[in-house]
Amino acid sequence: MPSAIEFDNISKQYRLGLVSTRTISHDLKRWYTTRILRKEDPYLKIGEVNDRAHKGESEYVWALKDITFNVEQGEVLGIIGKNGAGKSTLLKILSKVTSPTTGTIKARGRIASLLEVGTGFHPEMTGRENIYMNGSIMGMTKAEITRKLDEIVDFAGVERYIDTPVKRYSSGMTVRLGFAIAAHLEPEILVVDEVLAVGDAEFQKKAIGKMQDVSRGGGRTVLFVSHNMGSIANLCNKGVFMKNGQLSFYGTIEEAISLYISDGANDSVYYGNNSSNEMYYKSIKIITREGLTTDNIAFNEQVGIGVEIGINKFVKYSTLSFSLFDDKLNPISTFHCNLEKDDSYIQAFIPSELLLPGNYYIKPLLHVPNLRFLDVCDTLLSFRIEDTGGEHSTYNRSDLGYINITPTWSKN
Amino acid sequence: MDYTTIIKPKGKLFEIDFKEIWRYRDLLVMFIKRDIVTQYKQTILGPTWYFIQPALTTIMYMVVFGGIAGISTDGLPQPLFYLAGIVLWQYFSECLNKTSATFTQNQHIFGKVYFPRLISPLSNVLSNLVRMSIQFLLFLIVYVYYVAVGVDVMPNVYVLLLPLLIVMLAGLSLGFGIIISSMTTKYRDLTILFTFIVQLWMYATPVIYPLSTITNEKIRMLMGINPLTSIFEAFKYGMLGVGQFSWGGLGYSFGFMVVLLLVGVVVFNKVQRSFMDTV
Repeated sequence: MPSAIEFDNISKQYRLGLVSTRTISHDLKRWYTTRILRKEDPYLKIGEVNDRAHKGESEYVWALKDITFNVEQGEVLGIIGKNGAGKSTLLKILSKVTSPTTGTIKARGRIASLLEVGTGFHPEMTGRENIYMNGSIMGMTKAEITRKLDEIVDFAGVERYIDTPVKRYSSGMTVRLGFAIAAHLEPEILVVDEVLAVGDAEFQKKAIGKMQDVSRGGGRTVLFVSHNMGSIANLCNKGVFMKNGQLSFYGTIEEAISLYISDGANDSVYYGNNSSNEMYYKSIKIITREGLTTDNIAFNEQVGIGVEIGINKFVKYSTLSFSLFDDKLNPISTFHCNLEKDDSYIQAFIPSELLLPGNYYIKPLLHVPNLRFLDVCDTLLSFRIEDTGGEHSTYNRSDLGYINITPTWSKN
Repeated sequence: MDYTTIIKPKGKLFEIDFKEIWRYRDLLVMFIKRDIVTQYKQTILGPTWYFIQPALTTIMYMVVFGGIAGISTDGLPQPLFYLAGIVLWQYFSECLNKTSATFTQNQHIFGKVYFPRLISPLSNVLSNLVRMSIQFLLFLIVYVYYVAVGVDVMPNVYVLLLPLLIVMLAGLSLGFGIIISSMTTKYRDLTILFTFIVQLWMYATPVIYPLSTITNEKIRMLMGINPLTSIFEAFKYGMLGVGQFSWGGLGYSFGFMVVLLLVGVVVFNKVQRSFMDTV
């Protein structure tokens, strides 16, 4: 099968910092070397791989570096990676919103990109007018929109409000309307950035279903960026894992996801470094009942999380919360502990025989609820529940779920 | 199947994809509609403002320039003379102001979706044309009134040049506008300077005074460099029979417009590919 999109050596360089008089001197120097001396751009050579966490030497960074791969026709490709890995930049280049610094992309078929839903919506115009507005921005003709108008209104579920200005819509309704238009685009290649995060659960499901129809129905190609591993796993058959602007892996979606997850969290220990905050993490550890650091815990033992907190100035109402995630980063539960003035070491124990064997992730939050974060821990702590035998161990682990429920059975 | 899209770091120097613009013609119409429909939403007087604005400006000019300063109107009734200038000038300056903000005003749209960027300034020029037509109607009403009360004004054959004059105004404002908009994406200094320049420009154009009042040869030469001068004079000559018409001046303005548009498109094309990184 021919490839739908060919990325060939795509790189994108950005300059950091503010536009200032230095920019103009760089512009002049660049112009002089490339146009007068006919040499290579002096600023293209320098610049380092994009790692936002570490302060670099150069003002120039490569948001993307030498991305080369082909997307087959009919493929549903999930692009995953941490914030700042270059996913959105890649989609922007593909959508022709910005141009690459080097390299070419060749594509077969009409590309429709959904970097945002409802682009060009004018608050003063009615829903109907905005369908035409947004539709034509996305490249539909007026006749096409008229033909699909009823379907779009129906899909969005906004029939009652269709002649009301969009500024009176709830944000959810606006998103639904925007996505409904996009879902009826019928391009050969659909590019979707993380845009579904705003809709409610019911609509998200509908939207993902519609996207699946798109890819299965007409052999269309879909490129999809999301942080929701669940929907990525459901929707995609191929995956790209990006890291610091580089293509780290291209292959099946399962492998890409497991790489992504293990890359972010391969630690059962975290040491904080924000000791100037009012309150901060000193260390976070996955521990056993006895207080020993571990990342492997038996099914019939308690999982402990031990957090050492440093306090420069106690913040009232400060709370320590933990979010528990499954191996696809779907949240399982969150639990909270209100902090008191001289709390310095907090331990939480998850009951034994509650979590089924498998990999889990913990994300701590030190915050004043609904107000602000006191410290941020950007790595996920991981641990594994080891099977120690039991009812479940006779079955295949993969579809057993995560929570061990032992109901009281009653038989006639 | 052949490649339908090829994305490269740099485009050709002069490259307008007219086919693509034609394919997006419905978007052009939508933009024009949006500009017109949304301008006076939630106002009580609505489109009446199209009349009120030039009418009030005319009255103000009558007081300040006609009354206090006593500037000649070539023997014409003041409302007629001022209105003629105001209708044309407002079209030009509105187009120029709008198109010169193309990139900064539309960055949220341009940053999210691709369509031929030239659609945006084109729609400004065209939607302002609708507005100008309405204001031109006001001018015609005043015109007919003065003819009816017996003032000696008569259109002559040069009035047929009107469509060409409008096209030239549109072309000049589009050309200047896209150049300014391309230059202001990275360095905003120009935006500040620019509003000032447009204000001054009006006084360098025979809007509130006839060219005949300029007797100093040097200043006249300078006025000739301004490509708007001959357009305004030709309009007044054709409609009102006053002013100084010259084919040479008009030819110069036309040539100026063509060169400006060519340069504008080259600059615009270059900037539109990567302006999102610098805006």
